[in-house]
Amino acid sequence: MTGVGVVLVAVYGILALAATGRSTVQILTDFSEAPVAYALSALAAVVYIVATVALLAPGTVWYRVAWITISFELIFVLTVGTLSIVDADLFPRNTVWSYFGLGYLLVPVVLPVLGMLWLSRHRPPAGGGRL
Amino acid sequence: MIAWFTIVQIVVAVLAGALAVGVGLAKRPPSDLTLGGAALVGVLLMAQVVVAAFAPAAGNPPTGNPYEFWAYLISALVLPPVSILWALVERSRWSTVVVGVACLAIAVMLYRMLVIWTVQSA
Repeated sequence: MTGVGVVLVAVYGILALAATGRSTVQILTDFSEAPVAYALSALAAVVYIVATVALLAPGTVWYRVAWITISFELIFVLTVGTLSIVDADLFPRNTVWSYFGLGYLLVPVVLPVLGMLWLSRHRPPAGGGRL
Repeated sequence: MIAWFTIVQIVVAVLAGALAVGVGLAKRPPSDLTLGGAALVGVLLMAQVVVAAFAPAAGNPPTGNPYEFWAYLISALVLPPVSILWALVERSRWSTVVVGVACLAIAVMLYRMLVIWTVQSA
């Protein structure tokens, strides 16, 4: 992992850390208040952790995992972002992805796009090798 | 939590972050200046731990969820040492940018902490 990819991984790592801490607290303290929103926050945390690992780990399998998690992330941030605006009652408490990640300075909606750009330019050589 | 101290902290984190991102994008490897900025942010966070630990006893409790506050503070505490260590191991210009991004993330986390402590009612 060299070059600008290091920055990408660092941002994913920070987001994973923040999302994990926040969702752990939300679920432990008042899960019943907004189960859907808090379960989504936890899902987001897991996705960010897997994406961070997949970007760092070498090989074609992890490369595919990175594509899957980052695509998943983009679909969810767009879906949840739209739903949170259209139907606010659906998410009485904020998730990482509410309002396209506005609470995280819109990083959640920009990051998967940057991640995909980076991945498409750093395809691992056939038969393994470093990302 | 002391509002003015936290605001000073946010300003320091933004300045240290912007400096490191700028210097990194100018293709410089991590230097004493950029790492010193991140170290200062880290030291201020430790001071924040002390403040947050004793403020409730001094009649200044958080209005929001204290666990969420501490989750952010502990997450933020991890970032300066990890990013500085990374920058010392890999001395590339991108490490400088990483140090800067970590400082900016800390600024956002501090803002969230301030909101949780002062204006949240839930």
